[in-house]
Amino acid sequence: MTGELGQLSLCFALALALVMALSGLLGTRPSAIVARKIASSSAMGLLVFVALAFGCLTYAFVVSDFSILDVANNSHTLKPLVYKISGVWANHEGSMLLWVLVLSLYAALVCALKRGGERLTSGALGIQGLLAAAFLLFILFTSNPFLRLDPAPFEGAGLNPLLQDPGLAMHPPMLYAGYVGLSASFAYAASALLVGEEGWARAARPFMLIAWMALTCGIALGSWWAYYELGWGGFWFWDPVENASLMPWLIATALLHSALATEKSGAFRTWSLLLAIAGFSLSLIGTFLVRSGVLSSVHAFASDPTRGFFIMVLIVLAIGGALALFAWRAPTLQGGAAFEPASRETAILLNNVFLVASCACVFVGTLYPLLLDAINGTKISVGPPYYALTFAPIFFALLLLVPFGPKLSWKRGDLKAAWRSLFPALGLAAVAALTVLALVSPRGLAATGAFAMAGWLIGGSLVDIRNRKGARASAFAAAIAHGGLAITLMGVAGTTAWRSETLAVVAKGQTITVGPYLLRFDGVTREQGPNYIADRGHIAVMDDGKPAAVLLPEHRFYPAEGQDMNDTAIRTNGWRDLYLALGDDRGGGRFTLRAYVSPLAPLIWLGGLVMALGGFLSLWGRLRVKEPEKKAAEPGVAIAAE
Amino acid sequence: MNAKKKRRLAFAACLLAVGCILAAVIVYGLGQNTMYFRSPSDVAAKEVSQGVAFRLGGLVEKGSLRHGSGADVRFRVTDGATSIPADYSGVLPALFREGQGVVATGALNSSGTFVASEVLAKHDEKYMPPEVVEALKRSGRWREGTK
Repeated sequence: MTGELGQLSLCFALALALVMALSGLLGTRPSAIVARKIASSSAMGLLVFVALAFGCLTYAFVVSDFSILDVANNSHTLKPLVYKISGVWANHEGSMLLWVLVLSLYAALVCALKRGGERLTSGALGIQGLLAAAFLLFILFTSNPFLRLDPAPFEGAGLNPLLQDPGLAMHPPMLYAGYVGLSASFAYAASALLVGEEGWARAARPFMLIAWMALTCGIALGSWWAYYELGWGGFWFWDPVENASLMPWLIATALLHSALATEKSGAFRTWSLLLAIAGFSLSLIGTFLVRSGVLSSVHAFASDPTRGFFIMVLIVLAIGGALALFAWRAPTLQGGAAFEPASRETAILLNNVFLVASCACVFVGTLYPLLLDAINGTKISVGPPYYALTFAPIFFALLLLVPFGPKLSWKRGDLKAAWRSLFPALGLAAVAALTVLALVSPRGLAATGAFAMAGWLIGGSLVDIRNRKGARASAFAAAIAHGGLAITLMGVAGTTAWRSETLAVVAKGQTITVGPYLLRFDGVTREQGPNYIADRGHIAVMDDGKPAAVLLPEHRFYPAEGQDMNDTAIRTNGWRDLYLALGDDRGGGRFTLRAYVSPLAPLIWLGGLVMALGGFLSLWGRLRVKEPEKKAAEPGVAIAAE
Repeated sequence: MNAKKKRRLAFAACLLAVGCILAAVIVYGLGQNTMYFRSPSDVAAKEVSQGVAFRLGGLVEKGSLRHGSGADVRFRVTDGATSIPADYSGVLPALFREGQGVVATGALNSSGTFVASEVLAKHDEKYMPPEVVEALKRSGRWREGTK
């Protein structure tokens, strides 16, 4: 019954999405008040029906209704409840439904916040309606989550144990909130092109901020998951799937900056539109890469070629349509305002150049192997050294310029004064570099440079904060976000330069050392989990000769899925992680044991949170303060009221 | 030419220069850092020179796995037609078994043994790396339905 209800809701949702697309686009005409009303109500209706469909699927997973194919393929009665729920989006069909759910949430939010003129909002709803309709068609025709299975099996096939993890339960919704959030700025940009309205950058700002925050958190969560789950002690692998989320983040970051210039001083009008289009295009490409099966990874659910083809067509239509609209309408828009070479606009221009360039490096590194394979079947892979050679120097150059931006005024700034005010930051950079050189071994140029840079960034943020004393909390948003960047940088540099690693085959009673710790292997016990059997290693940790802790890394076997995996044990003091992974059984009670000491590792993800906090402060400031210009910016309201 | 046009021209020139530098960096980076995927037959036929890193993929040959001292292991990677000896020191992935698919990163040493720096077997036992499937198909040893 739930299956049929879900199916029916999806059909209603599709009809409403089509109504919303049509009425929203018609509503861009000045006098089409009724169309605008219809667009708003159908956006709300869309949310209701998509949420209902999603609720039905969730219910089917919770009660393990194996008469539904999707549930039978991806769930199991023995799975803990939280993973039954997260199992809803840990498969292709469900994750696409989540995609549409997030999209309709954003559409409802566009309605509720009513930012910008009525025509602009209506056009944005129309574009979102088109996107929702396309994805609902995709779901109904190629990836229906409510297909029945007859006869229903007694037991489901289970879920990849790698995905049965609290971090991963949260990672996809977070990442989707980011990916799909960029659809709102995309919709506003396309609508601005349609109606020729200039205020779109201000109207779309909260959506850009929400999307950027969610992407930041989603990427950080994914990286954290890879760190503790994969057992290699690494936090970023330059895997195509990771890159697929990094590219929209880089462009979204560029958009946040350039749209601010568009809003405050009228610069980069057309460029910001193009970035909004590019950001969502990369989200779509990311979805395609990750979900179509062209990449083989835990993320690639869909192996059905029609699905890949459908998404491909969708991408071509969305990106091609938006770019065609841009080429047609952008020349009619007012050009960007002029600015002096020494101004915040120039700083933002450089920020954009570096961010787009670094994104181009990632883009080529990710797609080149796929392209080469498609052309002549040559299989190559592009590894971390490529990114160290291309991405890293560009990003480093970008960081060098970060503190200048907030010190320069709009239109015409004073570079000398900005430079002088940054002397304390320069001092902090020197102190950081000298401290690293004096106190820490092994000494390395890269680590010293990275810490000097972190000092420079934090110093720049502190100078900025001091100058804004007494201002609203949102005035500190940029300083905090830039500080977060410095924190992540320190984490990355610290773990990369000073990680110690020990790999040994150990028998009971044997000891090994890693970094400052002495580890004693006290053997392995067999444990029974809810849906797995584990070999649990008992390892006594001695710090300075004193027993400090007992860590229990596990090697788990999941009989339902026929897979095994590592469950690492991590002990952190906030600055340094001790990381243990129990490896393979070498017979006679001997196991391989991998131990890492990663200094400053927790800072990597802390920095991500701080960055997101900066975004949140800015958003909070925006939504709390009612803008005085709102009336003036909405001639449509005045006309309608008369 | 007025001042506005001049400025635009200068801006366009700068942008072009940045684009060229970027393209050069990317092309250079790709040239230095791409790793090719080879099957054991490729290695035998193409005489991969020693010391050049590549990815070797195939099946772990049945009966070839030997544990050495410490974490050292030795095994052979086969595509059914040819097999290549491989040395590795480290933790083997959970699904590393004889007869299962494997992809290893490393280079040949002077005696023609593949010294792996990283060994990957996917997390899912139904999973076979697509490159390995293709290599097996090329050597004619692929049976449909083999898992």
